[in-house]
Amino acid sequence: MSAAIPPNPSLPPNPSLPPNPSLPLRLDGLVYRAGPKTIIDGLDATIAAPGITALIGPNGAGKSVTLRLIDGLLRPDAGTVRIGEGAPVRRAFLFQRPALLRASAARNVALALAPLGLERRERAARTRAALARVGLLDRADDPATRFSGGEQQRLALARALVGEPQLLLLDEPTASLDPAATERIEAVVAEIARGGTKVILVSHNLGQVARLADDVVVLARGRAVEHGPMAQVVFQPKTAQARAYLKGELPWTAYAAAS
Amino acid sequence: MVETLAESVARLASLDREVVAIAWLSLRVSLTAVLVGALAGIPLGALVAVVRFPGRQALVGLLNASMGLPPVIVGLVIYLLLSRSGPLGPLGLLFTPAAMVAAQSVLVTPLIAALTRQIVADAEAHLGDQLRSLRLPPWRRAGLLVFDVRFSLVTAILAAFGRAISEIGAVLVVGGNIDGFTRTMTTAISLETQKGDLALALALGLVLIGLVLLVNAAATILRAYAVRAYG
Ligand SMILES: Nc1ncnc2c1ncn2[C@@H]1O[C@H](COP(=O)(O)OP(=O)(O)OP(=O)(O)O)[C@@H](O)[C@H]1O
Ligand SMILES: [Mg+2]
Repeated sequence: MSAAIPPNPSLPPNPSLPPNPSLPLRLDGLVYRAGPKTIIDGLDATIAAPGITALIGPNGAGKSVTLRLIDGLLRPDAGTVRIGEGAPVRRAFLFQRPALLRASAARNVALALAPLGLERRERAARTRAALARVGLLDRADDPATRFSGGEQQRLALARALVGEPQLLLLDEPTASLDPAATERIEAVVAEIARGGTKVILVSHNLGQVARLADDVVVLARGRAVEHGPMAQVVFQPKTAQARAYLKGELPWTAYAAAS
Repeated sequence: MVETLAESVARLASLDREVVAIAWLSLRVSLTAVLVGALAGIPLGALVAVVRFPGRQALVGLLNASMGLPPVIVGLVIYLLLSRSGPLGPLGLLFTPAAMVAAQSVLVTPLIAALTRQIVADAEAHLGDQLRSLRLPPWRRAGLLVFDVRFSLVTAILAAFGRAISEIGAVLVVGGNIDGFTRTMTTAISLETQKGDLALALALGLVLIGLVLLVNAAATILRAYAVRAYG
């Protein structure tokens, strides 16, 4: 299913796209258990193409856990995550719930530059650029924990972008944004991907998936049940689980029907 | 009773030099001990909260239990260490304010470490994955979490100060309650009560309570001020 993914016509061809060291991203027989519960249950997926891969599926399917496994925050009980050929990859993770320090917005963003060993001036310049990108430059010195939910999410995105990651894991980056901010953030994400960053995007916003994704992985009960080009998966899903999710059926009825 | 109180107030009003000296010593000893306890206990507690290592649970249990260390036992151990025949005897610190600082430091360090560990662990549940994902080394994560909970740590510091300034067992055993040298508020109150100088005991008691209130009020005001700036 995951073999050849054709280029997405919605993205302008970019011959200068640098080779991305995080590709191919291979998840082989991933299993993750929490207590008696098997959350990820033999997940296989090979993401070979650059651009944006959407990871979709019902609540509790294991999308966030999969991102944590890819980032290395969780260790699989079985199976492997292989990122590229094993060379170090700059990665960034935007969590579903933004976690910000009780400090200024700028300091929160600059934190992501700490491991890069940049000069102060360079850090400050990049921080400002990242804040400008998400429309928060005028709030740079405000305490981050006083931001609204949507502002916090944008700030967390700025922190994810500032280190120029090669692999960017986005867990519902626009879940609490207003339409204008959503549009802006989608543009930023598309631009990042065109710049050569591999993006894994978890989203329940199917319009957004259709607008942004090159390929789509459908997760159900901890397994990848479908993986293919966006248009095919979103508009002609092959599996019952994918169809049920995309049609907006409640997953528990879908599972009952599927099993 | 009323007479005693009146006399106490009179002695307070005249700022009896003896009372001032005793109060100053108590304050100095306890604040120094809390400073030492914070310098040792905050990093210790934060690292225990952040780093996973074998035996961590046991250490957490030990820290929590040692919040209840009886002061007089701590005093006794420090006494044995500092006594003439003890390993630290040559330092000649027994029955000096330094010995009292040492004993109170031992008393408050586990308290501060245990409270810090709990406070930092709660913050870690919220921020830990984010900081790990940023690939920050453990000491840096611990530092950032301490920074994040800085306002809550004020409470831990105040608890430590309260324990230090109001304990009597440790300072009595290692300080010896020497008039004009190692006599603190608590040892003086105990002594004056026994001697029957209730007015002085009560005056000292009022000063002790006043000191505790003052330090707490100062910390609360500072904290509120800082929180307003960086909630
Ligand atoms: N540490 C854990 N202990 C126990 N259960 C867990 C743990 N982490 C995740 N789970 C469970 O694993 C399942 C998958 O969680 P996950 O957060 O990956 O879902 P998701 O696909 O991201 O859902 P959503 O769309 O709601 O964000 C859930 O049922 C969740 O309760
Ligand atoms: Mg999720």
